[in-house]
Amino acid sequence: MIAALQDVEVSYRRGPALGPFSLTVAEGEIVALVGPSGCGKSTAMRLLAGLEAPTAGRVSRTPGRGETAVVFQSPTLAPWLSAQANAALPLELAGIARNEAVARADDALARVGLAGAETARPAQLSGGMAMRVALARALVTNPRLLLLDEPFAALDEITRRALADDVLGLWPQVRPAIVFVTHNVEEAVYMASRVVVMTKGPGRLAGEVDVDHPLPRPEGFRTTKAFRLRVEAVSELLAKGMAQ
Amino acid sequence: MTRLVQTAAPFLLLGLLLLVWEFTCRALAVPSYFLPPPSAVVMAMATDWAGLLKSAWNTLSMALIALLVASLLAQALGLTVGLSIILERAVRPLAVVLQVTPVVAIAPLVLIWAGLDHAGRAIISLAAVVAFFPIFSGAVTGLKASDPDLERLFDLYGANRLQRLIRLRLPSAVPYLLEGHKVAAGLAIIGAVVAEFVAGSGASQGLAWRILEAGNRLQTAKMFAALVVLGLLGAMLNSLLAMIEQAGLRWWRGR
Repeated sequence: MIAALQDVEVSYRRGPALGPFSLTVAEGEIVALVGPSGCGKSTAMRLLAGLEAPTAGRVSRTPGRGETAVVFQSPTLAPWLSAQANAALPLELAGIARNEAVARADDALARVGLAGAETARPAQLSGGMAMRVALARALVTNPRLLLLDEPFAALDEITRRALADDVLGLWPQVRPAIVFVTHNVEEAVYMASRVVVMTKGPGRLAGEVDVDHPLPRPEGFRTTKAFRLRVEAVSELLAKGMAQ
Repeated sequence: MTRLVQTAAPFLLLGLLLLVWEFTCRALAVPSYFLPPPSAVVMAMATDWAGLLKSAWNTLSMALIALLVASLLAQALGLTVGLSIILERAVRPLAVVLQVTPVVAIAPLVLIWAGLDHAGRAIISLAAVVAFFPIFSGAVTGLKASDPDLERLFDLYGANRLQRLIRLRLPSAVPYLLEGHKVAAGLAIIGAVVAEFVAGSGASQGLAWRILEAGNRLQTAKMFAALVVLGLLGAMLNSLLAMIEQAGLRWWRGR
């Protein structure tokens, strides 16, 4: 176990946002979190990241400082910093010497296919490239837990598939546990070892679908019958969760 | 072609208005002390261009010094206040009251404090008071304007207060500070002119003083001449500051 939510509930001033909801994330697994808008997926992510405390229930986390990384829906880069400085930010905040931080940032940028773009500012990058910088910033600390909150939602279909493949390609190197939120059922089944479906808000568990094919998956996986069956299973759970 | 017309349009309109003005004055034989024709204004400018330039420099230099003083004070105070919610709560109503009080109303008081022999100090102080607020609120707003997701990222990586200030809050405030300075520069000129008026003739030799002096003597063409120079001065300062803001923003976001 790397992070777990136990019967957590979160309420804001405008009303309950999540739960009661439970989720256990094991070391090195890839979990997709699927659910209708407003079901509290992002809230669950903030709980997993330790950025927020639940109103009720328990959150357990084992990663130490700097071992959790989050990628948000927008790249959330500092416009005044170069791609390199943005990617190096987590290391510099941890007090790592500048030379080492820069070297590791360059390495992370190279891993996401951005070698040569080190000096570019976010305003000079396309949406997909900016997202890659955000990914490099998340990977630079070699996190044990990587949380992706709809990271590809704002991108076009081709870019999002390329990025999804890149994330899967990078995964075997460090094997972090990944939890990612998505609206896209096919993307969830293609990328995850386990798809967790939530009901409409305040979100509870609607059901789970295991995708027991070894990771990373070949491109052809999208056309197999096993893939289609799981997409249907997830879609059914989503429909059920909407009706509740 | 359309571009050429678009560029020329304001000048054409201006020329047309001047022509109408000139001919109306002549045709109706309007007395020159009431409304001098543009030609008389140009003559007044031509005969006294050295004096006008000197006065323009007087007003401009006082406005610039005021802008500098306001910039330093407003940023220092804005930084202090912007970092503490309690302090901000405490200061904000006071700042609003000061801001909405017309500068003309406090001018006589400042004049007394600065000493009647030191009109220059009073003018600079008043212009600085007016120029203070846009920079101050720019600093306070800017320090709180950082991206909430970036703030979360700083939480996630356990950034301390100093790191958060230097690596996130201050850089995020830069566009707001640039905007504040642009607005403040225009206000500094207005503040300087208003203060000159209140300080009265002889206290300074700025453009407002020229307008007052010429007005007292019914030399209306000279009043217009000073007004034209004042307008040009404001326009120049405004476009200069707009250019600085653009350049600053380009530097800030790298393009």
